[in-house]
Amino acid sequence: MSMRGLRLGDRLLHAYTWLVVLWLSSPIAVMILFGFNDKKSKSNTSWQGFTLKWYGELFSISDLTTALRNSLVIALVSTIITVVIGTMLGLAVGRYRFRGQGATNFLVFAAISTPELVMGASLLSLFVSGNLPRNANTIIIAHVLFSLSFVVVTVRARVITLDPSMEEAARDLGASAWGTFRQVTLPAVMPGVAAGAMLAFALSIDDYVVTSFVNGSTITFPLWIVGSVKTGIPPQVNVMGTLIFGVGVLIAVANAVAARRRA
Amino acid sequence: MKRLTPYLLALPSWMWLAIFLVVPMVAMASVSLQTGNAIDGFVMTFSFSNFGDALSRYSTQLLRSLLYGGLATLAMLLIGYPVAYWIAFKAGARKSMYLFLLLLPFFVSFVLRTISWSFLLADNGILFGTLKSWGVLPEGFHVLATTVAVVGGLTYNFLPFMILPIYVALERVDPRVVEAAQDLYASRTAAFRRVVLPLSLPGVFAGVLMTFVPATADPVNAQVLGGTENTMIGNIIQTAYLTNLDYPTASALSFTLMAVLLVGIFVYARALGTENVLEAAAR
Repeated sequence: MSMRGLRLGDRLLHAYTWLVVLWLSSPIAVMILFGFNDKKSKSNTSWQGFTLKWYGELFSISDLTTALRNSLVIALVSTIITVVIGTMLGLAVGRYRFRGQGATNFLVFAAISTPELVMGASLLSLFVSGNLPRNANTIIIAHVLFSLSFVVVTVRARVITLDPSMEEAARDLGASAWGTFRQVTLPAVMPGVAAGAMLAFALSIDDYVVTSFVNGSTITFPLWIVGSVKTGIPPQVNVMGTLIFGVGVLIAVANAVAARRRA
Repeated sequence: MKRLTPYLLALPSWMWLAIFLVVPMVAMASVSLQTGNAIDGFVMTFSFSNFGDALSRYSTQLLRSLLYGGLATLAMLLIGYPVAYWIAFKAGARKSMYLFLLLLPFFVSFVLRTISWSFLLADNGILFGTLKSWGVLPEGFHVLATTVAVVGGLTYNFLPFMILPIYVALERVDPRVVEAAQDLYASRTAAFRRVVLPLSLPGVFAGVLMTFVPATADPVNAQVLGGTENTMIGNIIQTAYLTNLDYPTASALSFTLMAVLLVGIFVYARALGTENVLEAAAR
């Protein structure tokens, strides 16, 4: 009796898990579907037939294309900066004991847990107080700030698992400090660096709240979308969203397959 | 040289965090005590009354945000815990597939996901429009621009951040401990309540922390799904900063929001008996 009860409970939980997964995925399906909608009216909320024309006219709205390009450039630049300085700090806190380590950990935690709204508002307060112009550079500053901790945490997690005797062996075999770092340490922490880089890029390209405070007149992809909610989102946005989704999933799957092969 | 290495490695990040995280907080504190306007400029007058004025004007929205954030967090906990439980204990070799499916929404931009919900929930959109044309729902039925839409949107958007930490905590529970409890004649319910649930509490703690703070401070869901009746504190702060250029009020509100959330976290940590908030959140 109790065995049968257990199996029924498990089956219900299994079905329930799938329901939640479907619920989480339903807006993705809507986004992809309405990229194929042959809409005639101004709004793109009711289904009016299948078309591929929005894929052909993907770049026909020049403001939107500029916004997407801005987002990609900002994500790329902020990711590079974040990965370089974040990996350095990740190595420092994962490998060494030094003065100020506690304060450093606290700052890293504070940067992760500050609500985006407060981060954006405080940065704007600084820029307003200092009379600094707001543009793509201030967006990059903000994006590095909120991505930094994620890179530090992923790199540190990797550094902690490293065996220091590998580096000692390299030094004993006559490798220079820099050579040891480049040929032993860096390859070993690389998976953590790559994971951090992907996170930083994804966080940057997705951000709306912080960016909305520090953008000045520079428009990014999420800002453009929110700005056009009132007038109606054109299907090109759905197509771009679908393509970003597709590329993201491909990279994630390729990464998982590569990791499995290495293991 | 070798002694200096960690300091040199940490220096660029220290500078970034100091200049763009710490200094801005000080700037915000300073602006919140100033008076003036965007044209003539602002001067420091130590007007602590800014806080009182801002609070008396916008206490409704602040309380509403805490309520919506709290309701959404509760909903996420109730919806998410069984999912985390099933994946941790029953999914077997398919664990990573389920985790991947839970993370799938993150490959779509946050604002785009929320807007897709507004498509789905539109009064005459594909869901309700169809149901209305079949006569299943009355003509006047609507969800968009209601409390349900906003709390539902928040629940949807942050749910994976609740499921993942709970999953991580449950994954660490040794199944043999549960078996031992059952061998000692604990019923399945008792084994769950006395063994599994307490062991998963650090995950619940981290999950609540990771969802309540961003949900309470989120302006996007209220803006896209809430209409005019469900404005949250995030929308007020955004408008005060960006449209009204009323920096002192906006700064005072941001500061109050942050203080309320920090006090909330602290009280919550104490109530749960967790020794170290940082420790639990870092896991």
